[in-house]
Amino acid sequence: MNVAVCVKQIPDPAEPSALDASTHTLVREGKLVLDDSDSYGVEMALQLVETSGGGDVILISMAPNNETSGLRTALAMGAASAVLVSDPLLKGSDALGTAKVLAAAIRTLEPAPELVLTATESTDGYTGTTPVQLAELLGWPSVTFAKHVEVGDGSVKVQRQTEAGYDEVTSPLPAVVSVTAGVVEPRYPSFKGIMAARSKPVSEHTVSSLGLTQDEVGFSGARQAVVSVQAAEARSGGEIVIDEGEAHERIVAFLEQIKVL
Amino acid sequence: MDILVLAEQSDGSPLGIVLELLTAARSLAGGGAVEAFTWGAGASGAVGVLGEYGATRVYNAGDIGDSLPGPRVAAAIAQQITAGGAPDAIFVPTTYDARDVAGRLSARLDRPVLTNIVGLATEGGDLISEHAIFGGSQVLRARFTGDGPGIYVIRAKSFAAEPAEGAGAPEVVAVELPETGPTDAAKVGGRHVEEQSGPKLDEATVVVSGGRGLGSAENYGWIVELADLLHGAAGASRAIVDSGWVPYSHQVGQTGKTVKPTVYIAAGISGATQHMVGMKAAKNIIAINKDADAPIFSIADLGVVGDVSKVLPKLIESIKGRQA
Repeated sequence: MNVAVCVKQIPDPAEPSALDASTHTLVREGKLVLDDSDSYGVEMALQLVETSGGGDVILISMAPNNETSGLRTALAMGAASAVLVSDPLLKGSDALGTAKVLAAAIRTLEPAPELVLTATESTDGYTGTTPVQLAELLGWPSVTFAKHVEVGDGSVKVQRQTEAGYDEVTSPLPAVVSVTAGVVEPRYPSFKGIMAARSKPVSEHTVSSLGLTQDEVGFSGARQAVVSVQAAEARSGGEIVIDEGEAHERIVAFLEQIKVL
Repeated sequence: MDILVLAEQSDGSPLGIVLELLTAARSLAGGGAVEAFTWGAGASGAVGVLGEYGATRVYNAGDIGDSLPGPRVAAAIAQQITAGGAPDAIFVPTTYDARDVAGRLSARLDRPVLTNIVGLATEGGDLISEHAIFGGSQVLRARFTGDGPGIYVIRAKSFAAEPAEGAGAPEVVAVELPETGPTDAAKVGGRHVEEQSGPKLDEATVVVSGGRGLGSAENYGWIVELADLLHGAAGASRAIVDSGWVPYSHQVGQTGKTVKPTVYIAAGISGATQHMVGMKAAKNIIAINKDADAPIFSIADLGVVGDVSKVLPKLIESIKGRQA
């Protein structure tokens, strides 16, 4: 079975983030890393392909600037190849524009993947609609918020997170499944994996090579504008107590004072 | 402006967030129509309450059987819009199901979505959405520039729900869901309800959350116990959800739930921006963390610098003692 995983390369979340003053988009300079949220989809795809007895994990990603360092991390985990859509025109793309690009990139895959995995949302943009927009554009079913995924007999069985617990959802393939974090333990790339990743194929596309137009992606495709960015109402710290064995009493008193106890 | 609210319901009761959205829609519509679109078994039971909160017309798609709501509910709304019944704005609650509807609808109509909205205002006839960014330290305001209707996905607790004065019974329009073919092929085979005592996380007046500082998944038991004692809900930081200690449904923060309780107790949570944006609107914040420089202390009304494994058991015992 071939599984495509949509992955995003994002600015290191440990570094302070900033908005570009003129475009109000996230500054994406410097080294990009594989979004942690996507490492669960990559791991799950590797496990599903291993269980199915053959096939490949193919990464799909888009970036405005040919960035591949995040892709190499996922290739080092064991993905076979990657498709990177890289084009300055992609700058400013929203979730729907991103879904259009990912759908077009997935359509280029030969053989076509039976399953597309994504995270539920990216760490930096967290719009959270891309997986479903992608499924609609592909004309496929989708199951979001998967906490357990099994594949067999041409269908995918998913435990889908709900407010009350989870639903058992079965979908024929091909399908798009979005995976919640923490449901598998992403493997650490081995030294051998890291070395092998350097020579794994990354095929590059542009907006036009995918048959998309400038109006569909980037700022013009997003059809939304930032009106302003302002400081939020600040909240300040209050009393600090160093615990010397009695701090719980201060908490009880505080809870009494606000009538929770 | 005319506003359509996606009215997700459960067993005939609209979700709390739906009533918040209807309340907001009433104040923003400025004389325009406020209507609701509901679906699912028992949906007709929700009509009355939707009316009380200001929906003058309720579209009811009824039971959807074992389908997931996304494809067919989106198809039905898209059909109405294409037939000329387009509202100016569609308000969508941030829930597992409604967000799927928004995504499907967006792709079908080729309209963008704005998500994670925490406030809305009208300005010169435009609807402006507010988004909390960088841990809630800044507010970004945005608007759609293309043709409507705009799809606005709004977070819980962004508005207070209030019934409409003098609201009459809404007109009910039965909607037949179109068949969508392959996109509707995912089917729900069974529903599992995990034991859940106490209130829902995003509706609780007390939320007790745990983070990496707990040291191990087993120690999350303290969080659950304390939450139970205070008749509250148990939350979690992204770090321990990512580590598989607790399910995603407990996650508080940017990529999880927004909570606005009377008191939020953060135990062993350092206060990454991604977490703070989901809880900084709590009326009172108590933080327990062994690192005196943890960012969470900068917003805590009461900060305890100490080891959660020492403080929490004592706190639990002393509250138990009072309640005995």
